[in-house]
Amino acid sequence: MRGFEYASPTTKEQAVSLLGSNWADADILAGGTDLLGLMKDDVVSPKRLVNIKDIKELRGITVGRDRSLRIGALVTIQELVDHAQVRQAFPVIAHTAGEIAGPQIRNMGTVGGNLCQRPRCWYYRAGYGLLAMDKTGEPLVPSGDNRYHAILGNAGPAYFVSPSTLGTLFIALGGTVRLFGPKGKREIPVEKFFVIPQTESQREHDLGPNEIVTEIVLPPLAGVKAASYEVRQKDAMDWPLALASVALSLNGNKVRSAKVVMGYVAPVPWRSKEAEEALIGKAITEETAKAAGDAAVSGAKSLGRNAYKIQLARVAVKRALLAAAGGGAK
Amino acid sequence: MAEYKWPEADKRTFIGKRISRIDGAQKVSGRAKYSMDINRPGMLFGKIVRSPHAHAKVKSIDTSAAEQMPGVKAVHIVAQVGTELLWAGATVVSLAAVDEPTAEDAMRAIKVEYEVLPHLVIDTDVKNAGEYARPANETKVGDPDKGFSEAEVTVEGNYGMAVITHCCLEPHGSVMEWEDDGKNVLAHLSTQAVSGSVAQIARPLEIPATNVRVKQDHIGGGFGSKFGPDEWDITAARLSKKAGKPVKMFNERDAELMVAGARPSAYAKVKIGLKKDGTITAWDSQSWASGGQGGGGSPPLPYVFVIPNQRKQHTALVNHIGSARAWRAPGHPQGCSITMAALEDAAAAIGMDPYDFFIKNIALTGQRAPIYTDELKIAADLIGWKKNWHPRGDKAAGPIKRGLGLSIHTWGGGGHPSDCDLTIQPDGSVELKMGTQDLGTGTRTALNIIVADTLGLPMNAVKISIGDSRYPASGGSGGSTTIGGISSSSRRASLDALDQIFAKAAPALGATPEDLEAAGGTIRVKSNPSKSLTWAQACSKLGATPLTIRGKNPGPGKLMDQGVGGAQMADVSVDIETGIVRINKIVAVQDCGLIIDLKLAESQVYGALIMGVCWALYEEKIMDAKTGRMLNPNMEFYRLAGIADIGEMVVHMMTGKGYDERGVIGLGEPPAVSPGAVIANAVANAIGVRVPNLPLTPDRVLAALEKKGGSNARI
Amino acid sequence: MEADDDDGKLNEKGSGLSRRNFLKVSGISLSVPLVMGYRVIKVSGAEVKLYGPGKVPLQLAINGKSYTAQVEPRVTLLEALRNELDITGAKRVCDRASCGACTMIVDGKAVYSCSMLAIDAQGKSITTVEGLMQGDTLHPVQQAFIDNDAQQCGFCTPGFVVACKAFLDKNPNPTSDQIQKGLGGNLCRCGTYVGVRAAVAQAAQKGGKRNG
Repeated sequence: MRGFEYASPTTKEQAVSLLGSNWADADILAGGTDLLGLMKDDVVSPKRLVNIKDIKELRGITVGRDRSLRIGALVTIQELVDHAQVRQAFPVIAHTAGEIAGPQIRNMGTVGGNLCQRPRCWYYRAGYGLLAMDKTGEPLVPSGDNRYHAILGNAGPAYFVSPSTLGTLFIALGGTVRLFGPKGKREIPVEKFFVIPQTESQREHDLGPNEIVTEIVLPPLAGVKAASYEVRQKDAMDWPLALASVALSLNGNKVRSAKVVMGYVAPVPWRSKEAEEALIGKAITEETAKAAGDAAVSGAKSLGRNAYKIQLARVAVKRALLAAAGGGAK
Repeated sequence: MAEYKWPEADKRTFIGKRISRIDGAQKVSGRAKYSMDINRPGMLFGKIVRSPHAHAKVKSIDTSAAEQMPGVKAVHIVAQVGTELLWAGATVVSLAAVDEPTAEDAMRAIKVEYEVLPHLVIDTDVKNAGEYARPANETKVGDPDKGFSEAEVTVEGNYGMAVITHCCLEPHGSVMEWEDDGKNVLAHLSTQAVSGSVAQIARPLEIPATNVRVKQDHIGGGFGSKFGPDEWDITAARLSKKAGKPVKMFNERDAELMVAGARPSAYAKVKIGLKKDGTITAWDSQSWASGGQGGGGSPPLPYVFVIPNQRKQHTALVNHIGSARAWRAPGHPQGCSITMAALEDAAAAIGMDPYDFFIKNIALTGQRAPIYTDELKIAADLIGWKKNWHPRGDKAAGPIKRGLGLSIHTWGGGGHPSDCDLTIQPDGSVELKMGTQDLGTGTRTALNIIVADTLGLPMNAVKISIGDSRYPASGGSGGSTTIGGISSSSRRASLDALDQIFAKAAPALGATPEDLEAAGGTIRVKSNPSKSLTWAQACSKLGATPLTIRGKNPGPGKLMDQGVGGAQMADVSVDIETGIVRINKIVAVQDCGLIIDLKLAESQVYGALIMGVCWALYEEKIMDAKTGRMLNPNMEFYRLAGIADIGEMVVHMMTGKGYDERGVIGLGEPPAVSPGAVIANAVANAIGVRVPNLPLTPDRVLAALEKKGGSNARI
Repeated sequence: MEADDDDGKLNEKGSGLSRRNFLKVSGISLSVPLVMGYRVIKVSGAEVKLYGPGKVPLQLAINGKSYTAQVEPRVTLLEALRNELDITGAKRVCDRASCGACTMIVDGKAVYSCSMLAIDAQGKSITTVEGLMQGDTLHPVQQAFIDNDAQQCGFCTPGFVVACKAFLDKNPNPTSDQIQKGLGGNLCRCGTYVGVRAAVAQAAQKGGKRNG
């Protein structure tokens, strides 16, 4: 890790002022579980770290009168899991968050950090850049070991998968992310927060180098049946190979509207309009869930080593739908 | 003269009982000091600049900027210009600085230019490996052509397993310091061979071995990869010499996984000829293995079952990965996984329960056949084989398929050369000194049990001192030879000491030495135990001079043996929609002669099973064909099983009559052989198709299902 | 330390970072004072302390005692304890928030100390494995680890013991499912999980020793 200077501002205005207008200048320290690893591997080497954990307004979970949910960016994953009102009003959030990594990570990692963490692509982490190219500009992923890489949105130049479990879920739940920067507040759907970079200088988030995520807002879940399903090789402390988060509005037992979002399959959490459309007007059964799973991966392509992930994504969607329809918080 | 044998069962106070490890409290409290925990006054921190290329020549090195940095105390070029580097992670330059941050900054200031050369790091394609493939001559046993012509059924299959790494939690490394005005080296080395490392440190430093001392209280894992100092330890000693300060040099985790140990891969195309009644007539295997520049030797094929007619051909694949090192039962996990899978496939091909198939052919295992039969029976009872086994392919509805698998294995053991000094002071205090090491197997505890049991003392009346090369030399801890060696020499020393104490005490007790025994903290007359001296009273008869007895192994009497075996069975569930394998239960039945500490013996077996789950399901050193680098040199994608991934485990030790009288036999390795085979066989039984290669990751399981017909792989 | 006249409009100048000061501090830290303390800059109308990149004095509350150390902000809590304070129970293994060998309890929660900066741990209550004993008496979790031989080489043990302690503090009567999930953040290479499961059950006073 390279040296840096360190500050712990107490307001978001101070924090933003302390950040730089270039990514290389400064970085935001919250949970640190990803950032410090990136710095140790010299993937990023900010000259300044701005610790935002002393900014009180970025904390806290509140359930509004309308049963909407506001989650401060600094809320830890475990706080989300343990929060009584979240468990009661948004069981899918508590359940999905409870599957993230292990207890220590859940104690340290924050909701904002879960959205802003960088991809786990092993070429990126080895210093070949976000787009994983060798010195000649040749992309390493398509001809390399891409067993954990994208099956959707993988036409290039980005091949990594978004590692945000909560991003996937929040998109399914119609969430909004609130940002604060030099020009003040900004608010965008979580879905728009994740972007596929086209050049090495771009990032995978719609986030400026001097902007911070302040909170996430989710609309009331009333009447919505939601669930996530994760395919993970190990039972705990393992990155999912595929994740699906779904949210269903039902009319009787028929789907009025659906959101189907997959994680760990594309450079962004991947919303599948195909799967959503396949569900409209249908009751959720093994067959319709399976058909939606098929639709969800209809545009998926193997990069060579990751064809199995197409199957895993298909199954994740099917099982998330069945869990949602079963009313479980799975 | 003492008779050198183990006490009868009714005379054992501690031997064979469940005794907690004596250094347990130190370990659970954080007080146990590992070599990596050693901090010395003025100590510097060493770091290594490593090759980013799998194969390259050093073109130029510029260390000037680093040498001028404040806080940098020594820089040493290990790979001179022109040196050929044969794997990514190879040492190029080492340096030492006042703290880790400074050392890291200095590493970045060192400029190395390389001439990049062609490399091979992938080992799955032997046909296109060209000059890197080194085929050996075909070998024959019996008449393979005749064997296959007599066969009614011929079964062919491909099997294999990836290179894995040791991933010791305490990385390789040392704290090196020069004492006595730079004359003597004190090496705090993380090693499986305290005594044996001395000469290996002295030689490259060109100093007499008498000027080297190796110390190690505790070691954080070795598994076969830590038999001596490495290049980085020697360079640490050189840096220390240059800087005049102690230097701590331990591998970072990525380097540890890249260069500090690899278990060779093994792949084989196997053909088995058999009759419909299950009689095996012939074996044919074409195998290859990789493991760095040494290539991968042939695993023992066929394993355990000596099939009468065999044709075998093996190719060593030389490649550019960190070199292979011994890994818990070298060769056996590979030979076992390939053979047991091929045999299970053969049984399935003739529609025979593999348990019956193994029993039918058990005579092929030779003189151990009756023991294997017993062990298989016990294992079958423990896992409910006859109740739960079904023919290939679980017919249950739904995506979760359950299956059973089995395997048997063997290992030698025996005891390494081992000396010890047992000192009995006139006040009755007792200390045993031995230049051995405790890998977590419980060496300290075993020594304590043996000395206390032999002298009739409570365990805490004996002091055990190990982990210092100034103590009498004892062999390296490998090949499961430690317990045989250390138990024999310590028992001999204890018996000899007792003889002398008896001789001194006999007059006071009005008896002959032969009439005496040591028990319950006393020396007493066998026929009249009320006639006794306390241990301290008896020792006071030594006068002013303590008694020191040198115990040796090898030596008189039969205290140890070699040759053990075991049977294992696994019960797994496979989700055929995701290819994810979960362990329900693994059963291990194991013999190892006389057990010194049943609790710690069981721990060895549990540990071997858990390690086996790791390499059966998760572990793989993933190399990138193009860059030649390891892609998962971390503990996030180099996966180890967690506490939730191991299922239920049942360990049954074969003890008592027929086993105890064999004497002590090592246990670290044998139970680590079969887990891959039992899990892979259980998966094949569950899903109805063989997944050829370990680890059994979802991609491999789904690919096997797809090949089988596709219908299962689709939901 | 020195006051600085930078104001909060830095980013409007297009820099966002007081590079001038950053470089100045870097230069100074190499030549004159090794330990800088901090300097104060004004951002958004408030004074904010800037530490480093040179060594800064830290105060850490570890196992009920106060320690001081002088380290750069880039030094992790784990390294500060191991390298500066000779508190070596917690181990450095993966160094990337994956294995749990460095687990400490910070303000009541189990964390990976390899992934927390020492400077960030100031003002917090830090418990390491060394802090679990009461005098000469082992913590029940420690005793249970011994009784059930939940250790072999013992290198993962300090972190595992601390993780178990934190887990049991939160789940005094865990189910076996909770044990499996709640201890998922610690890895062992020797394979001691069977013992660990039994140890946690014993420490939770549910009996269930590994060997019956």
